[in-house]
Amino acid sequence: MAKMTMIKAITAAMDEELAHDDKVMIFGEDVGKNGGVFRATDGLQEKYGNDRVFDTPLAESGIIGLANGMALEGFRPVPELQFMGFIYEAFDELAGQMARYRFRMGGTRKFPITVRAPFGGGVHTPELHSDSFEGLLTQVPGLRVVAPSGPYDAKGLLISAIRSDDPVFFCEHMKLYRSIKEEVPDEAYTIPLDKAAVKREGTDVSIITYGYMVQESLAAADELAKEGINAEVVDLRTLAPLDEDTILESVKKTGRVVLVQEAQKQAGVGGQLASLIGEKGILYLDAPIARVAAPDTPYPFSDAEEVWLPNKQDIVDKVKETVNF
Amino acid sequence: MKKLDFEELKHNPEIKPLQVLDEDGKVVNPDLMPDLSDEELIELFKQMVWSRVLGDRTMKLCRQGRLGFFAPTAGEEASQMGSNFAMSKDDFLLGGYRDVPQLVKHGLPMWKGFLWSKGHVNGNKYPEELNAVPPQIIIGAQYAQTAGVALGLKKKGAKNVAYTYTGDGGTSQGDFYEGVNFASAFKAPALFFVQNNLYAISVPRKAQTAAPTLAQKAVASGIPGLQVDGMDALAVYSVAKQARDWITAGNGPVLIETLCYRYGPHTTAGDVPRRYRSEDEEDIWLKKDPLIRMRKFLESKGLWDEDQEKACVEAANKEVDDAMQEVESQPTQTVTELMQNEYVVTPPAIQKKLDAYQAKEAK
Repeated sequence: MAKMTMIKAITAAMDEELAHDDKVMIFGEDVGKNGGVFRATDGLQEKYGNDRVFDTPLAESGIIGLANGMALEGFRPVPELQFMGFIYEAFDELAGQMARYRFRMGGTRKFPITVRAPFGGGVHTPELHSDSFEGLLTQVPGLRVVAPSGPYDAKGLLISAIRSDDPVFFCEHMKLYRSIKEEVPDEAYTIPLDKAAVKREGTDVSIITYGYMVQESLAAADELAKEGINAEVVDLRTLAPLDEDTILESVKKTGRVVLVQEAQKQAGVGGQLASLIGEKGILYLDAPIARVAAPDTPYPFSDAEEVWLPNKQDIVDKVKETVNF
Repeated sequence: MKKLDFEELKHNPEIKPLQVLDEDGKVVNPDLMPDLSDEELIELFKQMVWSRVLGDRTMKLCRQGRLGFFAPTAGEEASQMGSNFAMSKDDFLLGGYRDVPQLVKHGLPMWKGFLWSKGHVNGNKYPEELNAVPPQIIIGAQYAQTAGVALGLKKKGAKNVAYTYTGDGGTSQGDFYEGVNFASAFKAPALFFVQNNLYAISVPRKAQTAAPTLAQKAVASGIPGLQVDGMDALAVYSVAKQARDWITAGNGPVLIETLCYRYGPHTTAGDVPRRYRSEDEEDIWLKKDPLIRMRKFLESKGLWDEDQEKACVEAANKEVDDAMQEVESQPTQTVTELMQNEYVVTPPAIQKKLDAYQAKEAK
């Protein structure tokens, strides 16, 4: 057991799986000698060779198409898209092909592919590097969308994703890569997909969120506790399909909900959560469903992102509104 | 047979259509004549006749409402059957929606091909040993995946080839270039076919690109690109066979453009060719017909006569009839079953919906 950052936990997960299963193949732009632009694959090519960990030409659709084709030959591909902001280039191979291939072949083939991609704001990137496009992906049937909120979850969820015989899109928030350290076991372990986690127990309000916003929400909950408000924080971990039971259980317990996401408010994960709670949990509610999200604009210029991005204070304010409704 | 110099073709931008037989079935290029026995020549022609019957019958069955969507194949028999004739069962086939005949010859039961046309999932349940995927609808997507299949074959050390097909319009897609270029960069065993039938639905070949040939698009990726008379089965086979040999020797991918013509509409979905092409043009191409020249060639060698043709057509018709019986005895699809096959491990939220459908469909 050692304290490590999320980026190290992600590398450790891939290291485990490369050793565990020789069908695992890691590829993408700069993942080889360079170890990835964030060093997620640092040292893996050296350890496992160019046959298992390799650079590809610079083309996102080609990378995901390559993964689909290799899956047809029995491999377990773990392609990296350098940034989630580049998924538009790959969208057919992701949504039109990978996610529906098993369905369209009547269950006669499997596509055990894990696509990894960094996303999220607050790290001053150029345009189209920080966008949170997970909402687009959650609208794709057949695709599991997973987003860890810290190092421990990242390792366990990534190992589960790679071992899964179904395709997974694994969203890695860039601000989480190096900002926090957690105890992470040295050995391989799994955290179940399709399962949300209550990251902080509470009785007054449910903050339901994922990714980096889990950290902001936990900080908000600490502050709220000083004022006597006992907030529960639910970390979705798998954004699609949703873990309906854990979500509704929490809503039932607290009767108040604040949905927090870094992405723009329109459509997306929060909208789906509100729909679920509206359909199946409305009688538990003592206050309207509240939401914290980014404004409905394209991701802003990096000098403006700190104003644009939702933060701890936004969450604190929204929780107070909801609790005092 | 004179060997083509594929290394040279990587760098040779002067691409001209290769031919063996002219329109009258006369051998115009003995150098390219493939080494096929009399039996093999007869078998190749039988497959072309079979494909013509299959295409014509499918069109009629679609018009009668007994099948669904279909892209006519008449006119492309030399391109499709000639290329497929050079393929091994262990090669992997990723075709487009017009490539059902090759799939059937590669081992897909005909009735499954028909069920695909009807939009029935059982048509897409491929046996484990069938190295193929159902016809691709998104033009170009199969090219990107072909690079992956080819790289997989290479990593496994298999001496096999990933075969793929698109049309002239497909060469304008980004995925076309990404697939060719990835296979090239990985020196992966892929054989890319461009069946240039002159129209992408209605848009003429010359509106797709200013490039004089589509084959030359291969040269930019550093791989050989060849153009072949796609109405000449012997030329298509000869080039495909040599390309496959070169690929399996570990030299990387090849792209072959076949110059052909579809006599019918784009698909059964209401296309009217006379809106965008003339009767005169169609007549010119009908004279180039792949069956006429191959038949004349075989007749001149005393290998084919009317009785053989009749028997071949009858056998093909019988195969179609049998396949239709199988098609029409298939059970109705259920949403429950579709959902059961979506995931290897069904997520709990999907399982709830599945259970709800199961209850609904059990009524």
